[in-house]
Amino acid sequence: MGFLDIKNATKSYGPVRVLHETDISVEEGEFLVLVGPSGCGKSTLLNMIAGLEDVTSGEIAIRGRRMNEVRPADRNIAMVFQSYALYPNMNVAQNMAFGLEMHGVPKAERDKAVKDVAELLQITPLLNRKPGQLSGGQRQRVAMGRALVRQPDVFLFDEPLSNLDAKLRVDMRTEIKKLHQKLKTTIVYVTHDQIEALTLSTRIAVMYGGYVQQLGTPKEIYDNPANMFVAGFMGSPSMNLFPAKVELENGQAAARISLVDGKSAILPFAPGNAMASQEGRKIILGIRPEAITDEDGADRNSQAIHKLESVVEVTEPAGSDTFVVTQLGGKEVTARFRADVEVRPGDSFPFAVNMEKAVAFDPETEMRISG
Amino acid sequence: MATAAATTNAGAGSAQVIRTGAGSRYVIYTLLILFCLYYLLPLYVMVVNSLKPLSEIQAGGMMALPDALTFAPWASAWSSAQVGVEATGLRPYFLNSILMVVPAVAISTVLGALNGYVLTKWRFRGDTIVFGLLLFGCFIPFQMVLIPMARMLGLMGIAGTVPGLVFVHLVYGIGFSTLYFRNYYQQFPTELVRAAMIDGAGFFTIFRRIMLPSSGPIAVVCIIWQFTNIWNDFLFGASFSDFDSQPMTVALNNLVQSSTGVKEYNVHFAGAIMAALPTLFVYIVAGRFFVRGLMAGSVKG
Amino acid sequence: MSVSETSGRAGRADWLRDALPKLVLSPSFALVLIFVYGFIVFTFYLSFTDSRILPSFGLVGWQNYTRLFSLRAWDIAVKNVLIFGSLYILICCVLGLALAILLDQKIRAEGFIRTIYLYPMALSFIVTGTAWKWFLDPGIGLEAVVRSWGWTSFEFDWIKSSDMAIYTIVIAAVWQTSGFVMAMFLAGLRGIDNEVMKAAQIDGASNWALYRRIVIPQLRPAFMSAFVVLAHMAIKSYDLIIALTGGGPGTATELPATFMYSYTFTRNQMGIGAASATIMLMAIAAIMVPYLWSELREKK
Repeated sequence: MGFLDIKNATKSYGPVRVLHETDISVEEGEFLVLVGPSGCGKSTLLNMIAGLEDVTSGEIAIRGRRMNEVRPADRNIAMVFQSYALYPNMNVAQNMAFGLEMHGVPKAERDKAVKDVAELLQITPLLNRKPGQLSGGQRQRVAMGRALVRQPDVFLFDEPLSNLDAKLRVDMRTEIKKLHQKLKTTIVYVTHDQIEALTLSTRIAVMYGGYVQQLGTPKEIYDNPANMFVAGFMGSPSMNLFPAKVELENGQAAARISLVDGKSAILPFAPGNAMASQEGRKIILGIRPEAITDEDGADRNSQAIHKLESVVEVTEPAGSDTFVVTQLGGKEVTARFRADVEVRPGDSFPFAVNMEKAVAFDPETEMRISG
Repeated sequence: MATAAATTNAGAGSAQVIRTGAGSRYVIYTLLILFCLYYLLPLYVMVVNSLKPLSEIQAGGMMALPDALTFAPWASAWSSAQVGVEATGLRPYFLNSILMVVPAVAISTVLGALNGYVLTKWRFRGDTIVFGLLLFGCFIPFQMVLIPMARMLGLMGIAGTVPGLVFVHLVYGIGFSTLYFRNYYQQFPTELVRAAMIDGAGFFTIFRRIMLPSSGPIAVVCIIWQFTNIWNDFLFGASFSDFDSQPMTVALNNLVQSSTGVKEYNVHFAGAIMAALPTLFVYIVAGRFFVRGLMAGSVKG
Repeated sequence: MSVSETSGRAGRADWLRDALPKLVLSPSFALVLIFVYGFIVFTFYLSFTDSRILPSFGLVGWQNYTRLFSLRAWDIAVKNVLIFGSLYILICCVLGLALAILLDQKIRAEGFIRTIYLYPMALSFIVTGTAWKWFLDPGIGLEAVVRSWGWTSFEFDWIKSSDMAIYTIVIAAVWQTSGFVMAMFLAGLRGIDNEVMKAAQIDGASNWALYRRIVIPQLRPAFMSAFVVLAHMAIKSYDLIIALTGGGPGTATELPATFMYSYTFTRNQMGIGAASATIMLMAIAAIMVPYLWSELREKK
């Protein structure tokens, strides 16, 4: 049993099931991110934890206590909303103290708590202002302050950064991470931004179509996606997915892929990969852009770098790197080159593929073939 | 509501794009001013003729300014003219109207605010149907309820009294009050209500501490609409009041229609202005809200 | 919902908390249910009874309706409401649209002019009726004034004429409401995306074409609202007739609303009055129900 347990929870609106049986157990101090495209059920799940939506079946428990019938106010949670949801008629200090006031905390204690949190978040000069007089970033801080003051068991964040501009979003992300490391609070955080998910979380639940597709640490999710959805959704640019066929090459498993000119190439899997037993099977090969590079840019520690000639279609210089698009297996594939590599569209160019980082999926079920 | 708000936002919309030449602008201004005269004409007639002796009107001088300025018609309309059977002037009826309007407006606004809050922030299955039924109640021809209402007021012991009129206006005013607050609260972010729920606030605390402080504008719209409507009502007043509980509109009509004696047009005009003054006053000081109310009653969503 | 862990008292508190919003709404709902829908049923029922001076419950079938339709007074009332309603709606819409377009030309003092156009809407129909009644009265009003200016053959006695009196009602009603219709159209004009207009202008559209082809077609919702509001006001018109003509001369300006009132309360024909009220309700419902339905349907 964890600190926050979601046991077999489902949610339906009439006949429509928006969240299928979900089991997640969150430990104290964990930072769980629910990530997925809109409509995937992540906000519904968060609202169910908050008590803003009923649980259709299953159970939500905090510290071992069943919460399904408990009012939001009595769950000892706090929530930071996408729109910040600051009470427009109250100033910052009143906004922060409102929850404590509702829970019958005496005025002196409230003032002290507000003062402490305001100092922590460096918003003391704002305490007498109304929300309408604050910038987006300041509102964001106040919203977090309002949550922190309550000292809740669990913090819930509903896309808290999505209303900020790009620069501020990165700054606030770092700030939230620092805050979590300092206060060791338990956080459930909803976002559609996979970078936020990877940078902030201790664990990620990738959701799609009302199902948790994969639950794991950021590294697990990134390196070993459970299926093609997770592979495609997490990481930017997203993982290259293209058809291949498993063959035996000198007794070792290898993937044969077709090239543009009707030829084909063979890419041996890393030694010890269990794909040998899959000979003849059609697969979808998944390789991230940073595992397809120019020769000099290849990972020197890898035991399975293989070269491949292919025609460059487009180059996209991105400052620190250059993304190079080519065709493999009939699909567009993005490779990540060092910025100073001389490469022009139309050139035939040697690509270095790091097969240690390659994963294989079943084309029918789209699930990863564990190797 | 969104379109209504745009009314006051001059310069938006098609005006930004259309260019008109100097010649056509001359025509446009002329037309606009002519229509100003058309709309002001009856008001002019009422004011001018309420300030002149009857003889000047009878001599065909209705459009002329008073030769001999007099306030006697006003004094007569207010306190001594023959209204129905008694020569009391309109004063007691003016008071009746105030006694009728104030509680009816207050209660229906409070109920409307609560209903709008429930219908937007505490939604339940079938809430739209409930709202639709409430709303349709304001649009029915009230002839449909006159007969049973007369009986019901009798049963309740408030037939022919001001409280009876308050009750009638309250019942048939709820729909509009609810409409205003519902449309307004629909725009009010639900996340604020959710935040307050998590903070531990209950139904009434959220209403009082979160919703009400932001409800000023719509409360003004609702109060003005109800005030204007109830003050200006004639049908209910004519149907459900006795001589001593008649509202201003009914009394004015009695004054004007009384068939005995000489028709004192100047007194009639003075009385008409008296009946119009409260709503005109509200319109002039808070016209923006009045228009918003009118629009919300027709252009919804 | 399981309440196994909560005591009976807490259970009741929970129930109260959950039911509170509905409890708050219920007095209003109950009032409307009784005083609107209950009463509608009651009046509808009366329209099938032999009620005369007081409600009576002897059923007479469709007799009130057949008698109603054979009454000349009802015939006049229906004809009048059709004439009045169609002219009222047409003139208000044309005038309202014209004024809105004129006012939308970046007019100086627009707010002031708008205030003047709209103020009649704040007045009681009784006040409006009184003002127009004497202004249109041939003895002292417009006719007398013009004659006193020297045009001695000038005639304007519509209000005293059985054939023309109904048009004086249109004049007064248009005066009262057209400013409001103007405001509705103006709001519609202000809501039009002006990039579309810029595009049309670059395409070479003249101002006239711009309005006819781009702007007015986009005002369809405003037309819809105006029609519904005006039609509903026309059917319910009562106060204005009472104040302006009292239904006369004779019965020349009776409308269904005045017909119902006089048959029910002065002629003691409550059954017929109830039948006429029922028909008014049907007419209003035919306009309002589809409108409310389309407005309230969840826009997802």
